[in-house]
Amino acid sequence: MKKSGVLMIVGSLLLLGLFKFPLWNIMLGAPQYPEPLGMDIYIHGIKGVNEFDIQNIDGLNHYIGMKTIPKPDDMWEFNTFPIIIGIMVTLGVLIGLLSMFGKVNHWWFIGWFGVMSVLGILGMYDFNAWLTDYGTNLDPQAIMKLQNPDGTPMSYKPPLFGHAKMLNFDVDSLPHTGGYMMFTGMMFTVIAFFVGKKEARKLKTRI
Amino acid sequence: MKTYKYYIVSLICAAFLLTSCGKTNNSASGALNSSAAEKVYVAPGEHDEFYAFMSGGYSGNLTVYGLPSGRMLKEIPVFSQFPTSGYGYSEETKPMLNTSHGFVPWDDSHHPDISQTNGELDGRWIFINGNNTPRIARINLSTFETEEIIEVPNSAGNHSSSFVTENTEYVVAGTRFSVPIPQRDIPINEYKGNFQGALSFISVDPEHGHMDIKFQIIMPGFNYDLSHPGRGKSHGWFFFTTYNTEEANTLQEVNASQNDKDFIAAINWKKVEEFVNNGGGTKVPVKYAHNIYNEATHTATSTIKKEVLTVNPLDIPGAVYFLPTPKSPHGCDVDPTGEYIIGNGKLSADLTVHSFDKMLAAIEAKKFDGEAYGIPILKFEDVLAGSVKSGGLGPLHTEFDGNGNAYTTFFISSEVVKWKLGTWEVIDRKPTYYSVGHLMIPGGNSRKPFGKYVVALNKITKDRYLPVGPEMEHSAQIYDISGEKMELLYDFPTHGEPHYAAGCPADLLTSKAKKIYRLDENKHPYAVLSPDQARVERKGNEVHIYMSTIRSHFTPDNIEGIKVGDKVYFHITNHEQDFDVPHGFAILGQNTAELLIMPGQTKTSVWEPKQVGVWPFYCTDFCSALHQEMQGYIRVSPASSKLELSWSLGED
Ligand SMILES: [Cu+2]
Repeated sequence: MKKSGVLMIVGSLLLLGLFKFPLWNIMLGAPQYPEPLGMDIYIHGIKGVNEFDIQNIDGLNHYIGMKTIPKPDDMWEFNTFPIIIGIMVTLGVLIGLLSMFGKVNHWWFIGWFGVMSVLGILGMYDFNAWLTDYGTNLDPQAIMKLQNPDGTPMSYKPPLFGHAKMLNFDVDSLPHTGGYMMFTGMMFTVIAFFVGKKEARKLKTRI
Repeated sequence: MKTYKYYIVSLICAAFLLTSCGKTNNSASGALNSSAAEKVYVAPGEHDEFYAFMSGGYSGNLTVYGLPSGRMLKEIPVFSQFPTSGYGYSEETKPMLNTSHGFVPWDDSHHPDISQTNGELDGRWIFINGNNTPRIARINLSTFETEEIIEVPNSAGNHSSSFVTENTEYVVAGTRFSVPIPQRDIPINEYKGNFQGALSFISVDPEHGHMDIKFQIIMPGFNYDLSHPGRGKSHGWFFFTTYNTEEANTLQEVNASQNDKDFIAAINWKKVEEFVNNGGGTKVPVKYAHNIYNEATHTATSTIKKEVLTVNPLDIPGAVYFLPTPKSPHGCDVDPTGEYIIGNGKLSADLTVHSFDKMLAAIEAKKFDGEAYGIPILKFEDVLAGSVKSGGLGPLHTEFDGNGNAYTTFFISSEVVKWKLGTWEVIDRKPTYYSVGHLMIPGGNSRKPFGKYVVALNKITKDRYLPVGPEMEHSAQIYDISGEKMELLYDFPTHGEPHYAAGCPADLLTSKAKKIYRLDENKHPYAVLSPDQARVERKGNEVHIYMSTIRSHFTPDNIEGIKVGDKVYFHITNHEQDFDVPHGFAILGQNTAELLIMPGQTKTSVWEPKQVGVWPFYCTDFCSALHQEMQGYIRVSPASSKLELSWSLGED
């Protein structure tokens, strides 16, 4: 059960990328911003792609009454997510090591993947809820109050995934390096499961 | 005497003849040709290939153009007050225009030159001279702002400047007018032998560019017209054209045109530098201003200096020679190899080209043709490399394309003539519209010219554009010089008098052009770095308002407790950190100028209310959708009022 254990460990360790690289990225481009403004979303906070992007996004958003972009202490998520990811990495590495000593079987891998997937979905749900709140819960004193053609107040919720046109801005919301590393890592753990399964069958036939 | 008058009359007639000839050529020329249009067309959103920095002449400024489009990109205030931004009006920039004669808010700016390293443009700074009240300015090419101005004492008519040596060791400031040194009360007709010309060598600190007058060579009382550094093998020498070697003091158009040959003064500045470094020279008392703008405090300071080191050329054998050059030479240009020194006799048809190698050989062999005030004169024939028989009239200036070709302007016959270095044959000539002075090839003043375009800087515009009354902006013309023949591509008006220009490839500057001033690096003593520091303080009858701006409000916006007779300082900090988002500040009855404050910058305007009332102030730069709402009020009470200072924002 060596190969599968290694895959499991490497896969879990890839999640560490989230501590260094952004999980997600939202870019806002407009004719007067030929160099688009951008936010990099990390598990521990939000940073501008360029140094003053957050200040400039906040400056624009105040016209439509949006809250300012949250600082790490403004949201419990930014304190909790690093802990959860830390725990999942530790667990994954532990499961990988134990499997190498034959203490646990490959079902533990898929179990870890299952938990991670549920956490991921919850995370995305939470992220989407935040985007919705951010884009719709606007200051009633806002300078500009725009409406949809049907008379409902316009929402400025950025897309969870992909491109959207918001007023004069083109908004692109896509995973970033940390996110890709996490997906790759999770794929590794699935592969670890199948490799582990094969290894177990071989072991069984040999016996 | 009479014959000279006739000569001048006939020159003027020729000028009229040739200008009208030029006009008929016009409709047939390449200006309407569609391929010419394509060559200057820079599509929306595209950038020009070159920057051109054109002196503003009597505007005292420097304008930045894109080439080949001829679009004006910016006007940089240098020697003149500039209400557009408040330069020379704001408290921070007033010291930039200080001189030993007090506040001189204008000048006549002539020759820009970009800093060099190893004879190639390096794009750190651009220097330009103030001709009237002798000054040299240094402009930073990442902020495109004037950072330093040094006054030049003992000088008058600072014309043969501001040209830089190969590694920007020196920027030179030669005097056009000789004057009594030191200045004193003497009869003007005692000019001869009593007036002298100072050639100033101003050292440039390689790191921060700060200038310092290292030495002044006190020369005979001629007029030092233009100059150029040697380069390559002639690096270490500087060449100055002279006129009025007659030392006439009246009716100079006649009396200074008597000698068939004037001189090019060849100065071995390395020898002078060595002499000075070994303790040579005499310190003399003078008075001159040295003004430095600090980018961190956004503030200029002016220091009056009291001493300058002068050098008598006779004390340094081998440092100065005269090369006889016909017909009151004006332009003095050195080719990119450093071998040829071109003196354009403005009263002649031909160009005189001296050879640096021949000059050294003649000096070695001590082949002198007498002396002037003890300075050896070399024999004309011994230093002459050749002459260009052009048939034009009134040659002025020459630039080079880096491929062995030279381009000379002819003022009287209004044309640019292309000729070959070494063979001296004329290859091509094209008319200009009209009366061309300088011309510019990007890098044409260095060892590595970018010989794709030449820009002719013309003095008269006449029928080139829609008439706008008796005075028109001067015209520049851009020619494609990439082929054997020159092709006129485009005409465009320029601001002020585009006396001379310097150009460089755009990519030398674009990557380091500054986009904002960082607020966290703002060291202005009156800056407010966050809006909660905004406040109003009284010190006697001085009131200091510490104000911040961001789209689209001032903090604070309502101020009360100001009294008639107060001196109110508005210190305004722009909190934007976004490229190209300045805010303006103006108040009713402001006797100075509005301010234009760049992102991260602090500027101060003084306002002295004379009338009781409630007066509005507002942002003058259209900054956002709510720019029009960017406003506030200041309440002015009678001098006797006991009203306490108060200020607010967002309170009803
Ligand atoms: Cu504004």
